Amino acid sequence: MADVNRGNRPLSPFMIGPYYRPQMTSISSIMVRITGIALLGAALLVVWWLLAAATSSSYYDVVNGLLTCWFGDLIMFAATWALWFHVLGMVRHAIWDFGYCIEVAISEKMGWGMFIGASILTVITAIVV
Amino acid sequence: MVQLTLPKNSKITTGKTWPKPEGATNVRKFQIYRYNPDAGKNPSVDTYFVDMDKCGPMVLDALIKIKNEIDATLTFRRSCREGICGSCAMNIDGINTLACIYGMDEIKADVKIYPLPHMPVVKDLIPDLTHFYAQHASIMPWLETKTNKPAKEWRQSIDDRKKLDGLYECVMCACCSTSCPSYWWNGDKYLGPAALLHAYRWIIDSRDEATGERLDDLEDPFKLYRCHTIMNCSKTCPKGLNPAKAIASIKGMMIERTH
Repeated sequence: MADVNRGNRPLSPFMIGPYYRPQMTSISSIMVRITGIALLGAALLVVWWLLAAATSSSYYDVVNGLLTCWFGDLIMFAATWALWFHVLGMVRHAIWDFGYCIEVAISEKMGWGMFIGASILTVITAIVV
Repeated sequence: MVQLTLPKNSKITTGKTWPKPEGATNVRKFQIYRYNPDAGKNPSVDTYFVDMDKCGPMVLDALIKIKNEIDATLTFRRSCREGICGSCAMNIDGINTLACIYGMDEIKADVKIYPLPHMPVVKDLIPDLTHFYAQHASIMPWLETKTNKPAKEWRQSIDDRKKLDGLYECVMCACCSTSCPSYWWNGDKYLGPAALLHAYRWIIDSRDEATGERLDDLEDPFKLYRCHTIMNCSKTCPKGLNPAKAIASIKGMMIERTH
């Protein structure tokens, strides 16, 4: 063991996708993170819109125009999906925190429920709003 | 910290393709991670072909066949060949499992074999588990008692013994910890599912008298709370255990004792 190479050992591959198979539980968990971060951006857009409204009517027209054009609509639609997904993810965490449903099979079902539920709720939200 | 790529010295190159067995009709392709610390080169993936008509059903059977008949330098750990020693843990077909109890009929395409993920590689399929074992030792995996020793043994009721089912079976193969993204990115401070499952195994042992100290030790933003219930651990455990549930139970006990 005198001259064992300890310092320069390579790191074994780990990346989800090519080396580690994506799981419903891992992907839904990572998506909660991603939607959370994306929603921060969406919240800033809404704050920008409110600030514009408080600034002047001409500035409001510019920002309102941007946020309600087709591209703004698309972003807000995606943000709505992200919001619902994130909320459902938090509900799942709350269920887990009370000690229920920490089994792989039911957690995977809840993951599917988050994706499908968020999509249905987004469509309903879009229809109502 | 979140890490999405391999460091420079770990990037994987294409390795050697070994010759196909002559006269074989039922041949299967194996792609296996190779790293030789003495070669001074990056790791590579070698390609082997195995005659399945002359090979046992498990992934370990194929590995042993390759080592015996094709390439004697292929290096991996194995011992019991029946899922009780935990030595042959590796990443097979994108999940961590024990090569000896994973059937090749469960793999659809070519058989891809890598060492356990995000670990320093000693050689080929052998990861350095020093840190993993040190984390296990840190949770005091033994019975801690304060009262005087009983005349015979520490007794336990049948009901209390049942609480250890699903925990004591862990063979410390490290499949769970090395499947966990939190452990990949914070493994230096986060104990990981295996060590935490063992921690819980002693916390709920009715004979143990150091529950408070054990919980005190885990009350830490990293040691315990880096678990975000990603559940790769429970999904991959070759023994069918549920480390995620054990960790959630510890978190529950943490809350309970503050009220």
